[in-house]
Amino acid sequence: MIAGARAILHKDLLIELRTKESVPAMVLFSITVYVLFHFGLDRDSLDGELASGVLWVTLLLAAVIGVSRLFAAEREQGGIDGLLLAPVDRTSLFVAKAAALFLFLTAVELVAVPAFAVLLLGPGLGGAMPELLVILALANLGVAAVGALVAALAAETRARELIVPLLLLPLLVPLLIAGAQATEPLMRQDAGPEDLGRWLGLLSLYDVVFVLLSVAVFDFLLED
Amino acid sequence: MVEAAIELDNLRRRYGERVALAGVSLRVDEGQTLAVLGGNGAGKTTLLRVLAGLLRPHGGTVRVLGAELPAERWKLPARVGYLGHEPLLYRDLSGRENLRYHADLHGVPRARVDELLGAVGMTERADDPVRDLSKGLVQRLAAARALLHDPALLLLDEPRANLDPAAAELLEPLIGRVSGRTRVLVSHDVEGALAEADASIGLRDGRPAAVGPELYR
Repeated sequence: MIAGARAILHKDLLIELRTKESVPAMVLFSITVYVLFHFGLDRDSLDGELASGVLWVTLLLAAVIGVSRLFAAEREQGGIDGLLLAPVDRTSLFVAKAAALFLFLTAVELVAVPAFAVLLLGPGLGGAMPELLVILALANLGVAAVGALVAALAAETRARELIVPLLLLPLLVPLLIAGAQATEPLMRQDAGPEDLGRWLGLLSLYDVVFVLLSVAVFDFLLED
Repeated sequence: MVEAAIELDNLRRRYGERVALAGVSLRVDEGQTLAVLGGNGAGKTTLLRVLAGLLRPHGGTVRVLGAELPAERWKLPARVGYLGHEPLLYRDLSGRENLRYHADLHGVPRARVDELLGAVGMTERADDPVRDLSKGLVQRLAAARALLHDPALLLLDEPRANLDPAAAELLEPLIGRVSGRTRVLVSHDVEGALAEADASIGLRDGRPAAVGPELYR
């Protein structure tokens, strides 16, 4: 299983490095949304709940772009048959696609979170960075699991541009709540983690549930 | 006694309400070549895709290399090579990168990639992105992809499409009759296909029909 997943992941990363179709689009989208919030709210800086909400809604909407493109190379270049004709189980495919999405999201956040801090955030993030990194990593894992599942569901449908956001965003609501609630105390002037353990626990539970669910369901996807 | 590589009994397959294949029964012994003939939309490609495990049969019995389809579909990929209309190559990767990717999926040593690139005459252009190659060169790479894991059964859909005579000759030992593999060959070149086949089946509107000029009317 590991060799198959590694081969698919390596191929996906190579294609993204060559085409630069997903990550740059997600980064540009995030920064554009921050600029829109900057002018739309007519505020130079945000903090607390509002800052946390803007950060998470933007990151999750950017994730929709990544999920929509996750099977693009297979769809546009006939590779789904290539995968089905190889002795690779669906779990390997799920692991590879989820890992690719996780890495794409992490790359986006390396640019988008500092951009958010510069464009919108009042209090600095410096002291809260370790907690924020843990929250982002757990959230990325959940988005990657759900995103790979939704991308595979939509891969061979005609209305995938509609199906991806309509399926993905409702499934991400628990993750949004936990991520925003965990981040909110880190974005106040009197920053200090409150109930962080509880929200990290919820994020971890979400990850475990959706990784297991995706592995169980993935076998039945991509069939004719 | 010669083993059957393919056995079909009353195979049926639909696309929605439209019947794509109905009442198809045949047997292909190991090492033999079956020519599948018929006009456009007759069901030839659908038949190949069912045999490859890419489409589920909707009725009848399908046994390929001893695997009952669709239940034992998982047994097929390691033993079947499929060369269809689509090359199944990523345009943004080079030929070598594509073949290495498929070799890794099949657990085949990478030395086999270089061996096949040489065999299909693509060593010099192996590092060019597939999007920069002509259709004929892409077809050569697609043939190499289908052969990477040394399959026992080759499913070939117009395998010589886009190939010039020299390239067709180059690929002959690999995908031709002399390869010794069991082959199912779809072709519009009726005389050529019949000349290299041990048996043939005609399809018209998804149903078996006599091989002859009326197939194309």
